[in-house]
Amino acid sequence: MSNRFLAHLGRAYLGLILFFLYAPILVMAAMSLNASEFYQLPFKFSGEWYDRLWNNREILAAAGRSIWIAVVVTVIATTLGTAASIALFRHDFPGKRILQALLFPPIAIPWLITGTAMLIFFFGIGIGRGTPAVIIGHVALALPYVIVVVSARLASFDRVLEEAARSLGASAWQVTRAVTVPWILPGIIAGGLFAFAVSFDQFVVSYFLSEPGDTTLPVLIYTSIRKGFTPEINAISTIIIAVSMGLMLLAARFTKFGGDR
Amino acid sequence: MAGTIAGQDRRKAFMLLSPAYLWLTVAVFLPLSAMAYFSFLSDVPFGGKDWHFTIANYRAFFETGTYATLMWKSLKLGLIVTAVSVVVGFPCAYVLAKVVKGRAREALFLLVILPFWSNSLVRIFSWAIVLRGNGVLDRAVNAVLPWDVKLNLMFSPTAIVIGLVHSYLPYVILTSYLALQAIDDSLIEAARSLGAKRRTILWRLILPLAAPGIIAGAVLIFVPVVGSFMEPRLLGGRLGTYYGTVIEDQFVAVFNWPLGAALSFILLAVVLAILAAASPMLKRAAT
Repeated sequence: MSNRFLAHLGRAYLGLILFFLYAPILVMAAMSLNASEFYQLPFKFSGEWYDRLWNNREILAAAGRSIWIAVVVTVIATTLGTAASIALFRHDFPGKRILQALLFPPIAIPWLITGTAMLIFFFGIGIGRGTPAVIIGHVALALPYVIVVVSARLASFDRVLEEAARSLGASAWQVTRAVTVPWILPGIIAGGLFAFAVSFDQFVVSYFLSEPGDTTLPVLIYTSIRKGFTPEINAISTIIIAVSMGLMLLAARFTKFGGDR
Repeated sequence: MAGTIAGQDRRKAFMLLSPAYLWLTVAVFLPLSAMAYFSFLSDVPFGGKDWHFTIANYRAFFETGTYATLMWKSLKLGLIVTAVSVVVGFPCAYVLAKVVKGRAREALFLLVILPFWSNSLVRIFSWAIVLRGNGVLDRAVNAVLPWDVKLNLMFSPTAIVIGLVHSYLPYVILTSYLALQAIDDSLIEAARSLGAKRRTILWRLILPLAAPGIIAGAVLIFVPVVGSFMEPRLLGGRLGTYYGTVIEDQFVAVFNWPLGAALSFILLAVVLAILAAASPMLKRAAT
């Protein structure tokens, strides 16, 4: 077998993987525009499910709640995460490595465990279920991502710039505001987009922490599917996938996904 | 003087760090401790119920056998999904890292990673549409093959594996890609010019060097799959009872929180043991 043939084979294989990854999503998108509510073929175009979606107050309320929660989570997680990243970058102190290692449990432990543990604890201290509990949980899940992304951007920051500003008489706060933050802004924006996506797409933790009847969009979708789904779920799912993929494409413009640039 | 400057420095660092870590403490570390405490109770300690300390919840795991069987079932599911993902994903990462070049690589890499950052629940739901009886896949297969086939994949263990591989495949592609990219092409050239066969290069050079990346990806897949409950529920139907779904039931259906806490904690112990065993490899992969 020649190398050329193998390279072609490799590209074909890559195409096959992409087909596997995207085909079901495209099928779902197509079915959201299919007239039959039982996904019957042949395909007949209809925008009925999207029309129905705009009149489904339960779904719209959950969507609004999900977006609102994601915005709050983004603001809190990005602020706290950026502050922590700057401290981890600027200062050396005993226990720094431990602090950095502590960022991994929220990412590495299955959300089922984290979610149920949060449910128990929040009930124990009186917060209980509901939107505040969901926000507290989401911020904790989003924080490590923000810190990792912002720290990656900080790694390329030349500290001489800070020292130069200091020697020209700028206060520490001025240095941060006028030198450091503008430089790491792409990292902060990317971290914010990650935080938004983590919250907006989060199902497991929301599932345990949200109040029945007052849920986020993914939780509503899960319960609807289990009850025997309505075709509007198809339409809203297609919109969700489009939104979260769009967000990630945007984030990719501000950060590198581990690829070389 | 130096001492006070260092002290001031430390105070600044503390002020910047404490909000983030306080939040993590309240939202993650204290809850995990609370769960450990709960797992030793006979009933929930609020709502005026009678409760006392007990190890009955752990005895339930070790004595009844049901939970241990389900744990084994979940571990097996984790092994299968991980193995399939590595076997399918590694060649894909290799093509991306060593065959495709330039801007095409960047775009293709992003395309492979993108689904991973989209809603996992919705992606599982999309498989339910594809796999359902007389659905798109059935139609497509029957259109190609001349004889009549009924795949009946929906609500089967195969459906669960397909959905989970779809969910977690990008992980192993990402970590393998990063490891493969770090291998110097001239190393492969040198081996080739010294007369090494393709298979020898793969087994003796590429796989050993990429091993940390592959193992990191495998761990990142195995851990969440063992704790999965949404995917077995939606794609497995009645056959979809796994360790994760039993924990879910304790919290949302049966309301036996102490038992759920004990089962969660046993799962956490298993997960931590796996992470600890793999941590030297994970560290090597991270650098």
